[in-house]
Amino acid sequence: MISNNVITAEKLTKRFGDFIAVDHISFEVSKSEIFGFLGANGAGKTTAMRMLCGLSAPTSGKATVAGFDVFHQTENIKKSIGYMSQKFSLYEDLTVRENIRFYGGIYGLSKQQIIDKTKYLAEHLHLQNQQDTLVKSLPLGWKQKLAFSVAIVHDPAIVFLDEPTGGVDPVTRREFWELIYDASEKGITIFVTTHYMDEAEYCNRVSIMVDGKIEALDSPKNLKQNFNSASMDEVFLKLARKATRGE
Amino acid sequence: MINNKYSTRNPKKIPLSRGGGAFLVFIKKEFYHIWRDKRTLFILLGIPITQIIIFGFALTNEVKNSKIAILDFSKDVASQQLIQKFSASKYFYYTANLYSYKEVEPIFKEGKIKMILVIPQQFANDLVHANKTQVQLICDATDPNVASTLSNYAGAVIRDYQNIINQNQKLPYRIETEVRMMYNPELKGAYSFVPGVMALILMLTCAMMTSIAIVKEKEMGTMEIILVSPLKPFGVVVAKAIPYMLLSMINVITILLLSFFVLDVPIAGSLSLLIAESLLFTITSLALGLLISSLTNSQQAAMLISLLGLFLPTTVFSGYMFPIENMPVPLQVMSNIVPAKWYYYIVKTVMIKGLGFTYIWKETLILIGMTIVLFTLSIKKFKIRLE
Amino acid sequence: MKAVVLENIVKKYATKESTVIALQGISFEVTNGELFGIVGPDGAGKTSLFRILTTLLLADEGNAVVDGFDVVKDYKAIRQRVGYMPGRFSLYQDLTVEENLEFFAAIFNTTIHENYDLIKDIYSQIEPFKTRRAGKLSGGMKQKLALSCALIHKPSVLFLDEPTTGVDAVSRKEFWEMLKRLKEQGITILVSTPYMDEASLCDRVALMQNGKVLAIDKPENINKDFGKKLWAVRADNMFGLLKKLKSWEAVFSCYSFGEYYHVVMKDDEADDNIIDCFLSEHHYTEVEIKLIEANIEDSFMALMHVENDK
Repeated sequence: MISNNVITAEKLTKRFGDFIAVDHISFEVSKSEIFGFLGANGAGKTTAMRMLCGLSAPTSGKATVAGFDVFHQTENIKKSIGYMSQKFSLYEDLTVRENIRFYGGIYGLSKQQIIDKTKYLAEHLHLQNQQDTLVKSLPLGWKQKLAFSVAIVHDPAIVFLDEPTGGVDPVTRREFWELIYDASEKGITIFVTTHYMDEAEYCNRVSIMVDGKIEALDSPKNLKQNFNSASMDEVFLKLARKATRGE
Repeated sequence: MINNKYSTRNPKKIPLSRGGGAFLVFIKKEFYHIWRDKRTLFILLGIPITQIIIFGFALTNEVKNSKIAILDFSKDVASQQLIQKFSASKYFYYTANLYSYKEVEPIFKEGKIKMILVIPQQFANDLVHANKTQVQLICDATDPNVASTLSNYAGAVIRDYQNIINQNQKLPYRIETEVRMMYNPELKGAYSFVPGVMALILMLTCAMMTSIAIVKEKEMGTMEIILVSPLKPFGVVVAKAIPYMLLSMINVITILLLSFFVLDVPIAGSLSLLIAESLLFTITSLALGLLISSLTNSQQAAMLISLLGLFLPTTVFSGYMFPIENMPVPLQVMSNIVPAKWYYYIVKTVMIKGLGFTYIWKETLILIGMTIVLFTLSIKKFKIRLE
Repeated sequence: MKAVVLENIVKKYATKESTVIALQGISFEVTNGELFGIVGPDGAGKTSLFRILTTLLLADEGNAVVDGFDVVKDYKAIRQRVGYMPGRFSLYQDLTVEENLEFFAAIFNTTIHENYDLIKDIYSQIEPFKTRRAGKLSGGMKQKLALSCALIHKPSVLFLDEPTTGVDAVSRKEFWEMLKRLKEQGITILVSTPYMDEASLCDRVALMQNGKVLAIDKPENINKDFGKKLWAVRADNMFGLLKKLKSWEAVFSCYSFGEYYHVVMKDDEADDNIIDCFLSEHHYTEVEIKLIEANIEDSFMALMHVENDK
């Protein structure tokens, strides 16, 4: 049976010496889902993400991403995913066009595909007049939107977004999420972490990590009900306050 | 509908495993990066060119035109002939005549003469009647490489002369050469090596480490907080320099101890003078380090500038690896702005030759002058704001 | 006396390719003892503004006075009396908590003891870790240490540049609680933040974007100035609803806000029935429509609209 799960994780664990950064987490993410991966700083989110991206080998447990095993098929995983973080996205001293060409090339798109994509993105993001502008001259909001589009230029099965909307103005934030919705409708699964709790509401399901474990995993609606809270912010605070790892 | 986009590959895409366009695209991007960073480009292209020119033209281990003096007790036809040969040789530059042994030490102390040829009385007489005689070569061996090279060249000249006078002789004339190496009889490389190392280490510790320490503060952002405080900015900088000054003095003492006990390099002159001069050079290097730190905001750049701008000129132009006298004149002039050159000379003179302040007061003054200029410059350039 | 006064501050950054105008003529005042927020996204000019006020940068035009001293002429006096916590709360990573605090006390010619009462509230939370290297602290603890170091000399004005960025939600909340208690000690505090929800915790805020001040007032007044009716709308199938509402000509703006969409109609007289009908026509069920008060984020976006239309 072909599983409809783009990510499966079973007791996934990562140890650094005595310190258990990720403590036997298990979950699944299905295709086209917008999955919010939340947790306080130090809860183990980044470590978990790195394992799922094939960048770090787990200490124990199992996981597959896009059907590939995170232990033995990391190269296949890297080809099938997209990644975007706040810290790194595009090359500042290359133009818009050059960035698309570069990433398109890395992901194995043909020349014609790159040309088509460039045209599509320029229209879609209203960057027609800026195709030959250096990325560093673009306003932050446009950079982020372009970075996201470039991260999915090869139509990957799943895209990992690490706090993609940090520091961006509220209007652009929402425009960014519209791009996320569009991608999800096209069949791309979205795995996103964020500090904005209202963005947690936009997800199909949300998981909250505390001290290396997943303390909650459900739709925002159910989480609010179960934790008797009016907002995701409240849910998060209730769970995060219990954390001992803040020291 | 189950879409298996991620389990089958679209045949139109070029798989990464076959190299395809990905690799080339990456290379292209790297060229863009390099081309657009003009400063790095300049360093990458400019440095090798400068290196080749300097190394090709300036530096030679060959020793030419070394100044020599001649102490001729005989003053006869034969000695004149021998002296002629030395004059004619491209390796020597005959500049002084001595009249007694008493003049030997003083002229070496002045530092310009590298070798003295002593021709004994009765030179020609002994040749004719005893078929053999002796000459003496006294070399300044503070730089042992130069000294042995010179004595070798001299030996060759003498043998040459010997061959000429031996033509048409039934019994060959023999001229024995006695070589005396002043200051460094065993021709220990360490004698020139140790002062050179001292110059280098001090320059490196003080200048490079200080500049990096200050720039690190800028990079980490703590400089911002420090500026917004009652602390005088220049006080900050001096406070950073002092630990390195201490470290450098410890280094100097360690080097001296090691070279004395392990390498058998004597400290012929005054230890306190040596340490005082080292302290001065430390301050000069610190001033340099301060200047560098005010030029840049990144530790990497500070390190690069220190290495290329200080380390290299120090090794090349201080005179400890390559004799400065043998470089083309423009570069000789350039070597005068390298503080290490003066310090190296001072250390050699005090430590190896055992001479006192009267012989190095000029050089000390030059170092003091340089220090003042560098300090003034770095105070001027020190930024009390971010920009 | 006003703690901080700015008059027409302009700051430009020129590179070979272009000139960026980071601050386009900013003017405002902060009263003594006020907790004043500067709220805006990256690129708004917050850091440039703080650096000018703490005398680290020179403005191209305009003047500013902090605690009665001119930022250009009397910069030395200002540097002796303000507290400053720059972004990334720069601390000495390889010094311990205690060593950091001692250092900052010393450079302000004071000791930890002298003003311990002021920081006790905050420092007591990290005191158990005082021998730990600052580099090994969690984000929340670094924040507390940086704040303690900025307070240790009892400054008259405190400048905090994005102290809550990159820090987890629980620490953020605690931090603002600490600020409120500090305010009671009479210290004027200027805080910058990209988080809109933190605006409501300030006495007054300046909303900034692209070097301009969009509004400056008490948060509740800014929200009162929203002017139009604001509807919160939800239904089943939220994803499709957004596009539908946005393309409806009767709608002026529609933005997602967590569970709801905040909708402003072009015609302010329109009531919820009109919206209800529209939704039924398009077969939406489980509809919920209510009239709400604007919050800072609503206000900010409306002001951005106005600014962009200029």
